[in-house]
Amino acid sequence: MIETEQLTRCYGSLTAVDALSLRVEPGQVLGLLGPNGAGKSTAMRLIAGFLVPTSGTARVCGHDVGREPLKAKRALGYLPEGAPSYGEMTVREFLQFIVRMRGLRGDIGYRRFDAVVQQLQLEDVLDVGIDTLSKGLRRRVGLAQAILHDPPVLMLDEPTDGLDPNQKHAVRQLIDVMARDRTILISTHLLEEVHALCNRVAIIARGKLLADATPAELEARSRYHGAVSFSAPGSGMSQEMLGRLPQVAGIEIDPLDGRITVFPKPGERILEPVEALLRQQGLEVSEIQLERGRLDEVFRQITTGEPEVRA
Amino acid sequence: MSPVTAVMRRELRSFFVTPVAYVFLVIFLVLTGILTFYAGDFYERGQADLQPFFTMHPWLYLILVPAITMRMWAEETKGGTLELLLTLPVTLWQAMLGKFLAAWLFIGLALALTFPIWITVNYLGAADNGIILAGYLGSWLMAGCFAAIGACLSALTRSQVVAFILAALVCVLLILVGQPQVLDFLAGSLPRRLINAVAHLSMLRHFEAIARGVLDVRDLLYFVLATLGWLMAGVLLLDLKRTR
Repeated sequence: MIETEQLTRCYGSLTAVDALSLRVEPGQVLGLLGPNGAGKSTAMRLIAGFLVPTSGTARVCGHDVGREPLKAKRALGYLPEGAPSYGEMTVREFLQFIVRMRGLRGDIGYRRFDAVVQQLQLEDVLDVGIDTLSKGLRRRVGLAQAILHDPPVLMLDEPTDGLDPNQKHAVRQLIDVMARDRTILISTHLLEEVHALCNRVAIIARGKLLADATPAELEARSRYHGAVSFSAPGSGMSQEMLGRLPQVAGIEIDPLDGRITVFPKPGERILEPVEALLRQQGLEVSEIQLERGRLDEVFRQITTGEPEVRA
Repeated sequence: MSPVTAVMRRELRSFFVTPVAYVFLVIFLVLTGILTFYAGDFYERGQADLQPFFTMHPWLYLILVPAITMRMWAEETKGGTLELLLTLPVTLWQAMLGKFLAAWLFIGLALALTFPIWITVNYLGAADNGIILAGYLGSWLMAGCFAAIGACLSALTRSQVVAFILAALVCVLLILVGQPQVLDFLAGSLPRRLINAVAHLSMLRHFEAIARGVLDVRDLLYFVLATLGWLMAGVLLLDLKRTR
């Protein structure tokens, strides 16, 4: 479990993390989402005990990071931003160093070493210098380091940054498997990652927590939530017909591909009426889609404070 | 295995992966040899002791020890591995101690490799091996003190060059502070008691006392306390960085 209470960190006059209170329980994967410079990495450094907070507290598995740093660190697996590791070492040497630092003795050490090497598919690069590895491999070595002691709490700062789509998929599967009984906090600025990984999202900007919800709840905040979009090639269909439907709030036409999006009035379901109307008009619709809502739009709205713009 | 030994082993290995270790060993061994025989008049003195050999050590350490210690923390800060190291279950003291021990043991290895000169002096005459042993001990203690200074100042900056220059500067001050010229210069402006205190700070004075074969607890204590003091200062510096 990760708990922070009014966690605050200032650099001079800049407040990087501003009274952040979070609570992540076992089984949860919380995605810390925010624009660059929002304070995601600083928040993680405070929880990991690398930085000392200006005020407030952080606890890992009930251990106060400031008062019982070693106990907190033992419970935590942490991948720092940029996945730093010792470049002059080989992957094997580096992971063995972590085994020793983590105090994993004898059999357990060997078993965990073999397990993470297999989980992150590092067998082929064990005796390669870390300096010569690709960015993606280096990130995997960093992940291996973080999960080596099989920690109950995992904190990963941009775990899939620099990975290709296949590697991203592999890492997400790994996190998914680990998520079952662990507490996981990841930071990211990739919205797709939130969908793929997280069952909770915390959006922060300028150090402040602006939203804490499930991805679905956030999507529901989008003006696209419940909207219906379709392409009707060569349609001369008037927007008026759709606009006259009692449940419809507005219509937008994409100027590029001519795709039509119909927005519902709050609380209304418009898929059936729209479909009925199209059928009634005898219009050929190649495909029709009910939108779940767009996270990127909600993200922008929350982090920049821009009001909704409706056509 | 404790985190101290884990850190120490990693540091030691990193010395030998890069050419630093070999360059250090070669330069140290060549220079001790040359300086002892040419600058130290090893033969001309006609005495079977290693006095000229040990006299050169402070000046060699002045350049070589900061070269070993400069990367200790500066490199970790710059490369971001400091965050990795300090979020592993290790205290700042343990990390500092591990790194210091690695540097100190390595210098000890360099010292041990000067054994041919010990064989030479025993071959040439009836050397007092007790005094020679004391000389080695004093030299190693002094090297440890220099390494602690280097470790502390490496924690101050992310630039290895700055760490090197600062460490060399502090070391030269600690060597020179007891020299008669310096003391005479200070005598004009400082009270006598203070001058005496300053003279006792001199590393050279304590080293030469030990190297003469006089094992005074106060000289040993000087090195132990100075070493611990500088290491502690380094730990405080690292801790301060976490709050700033």
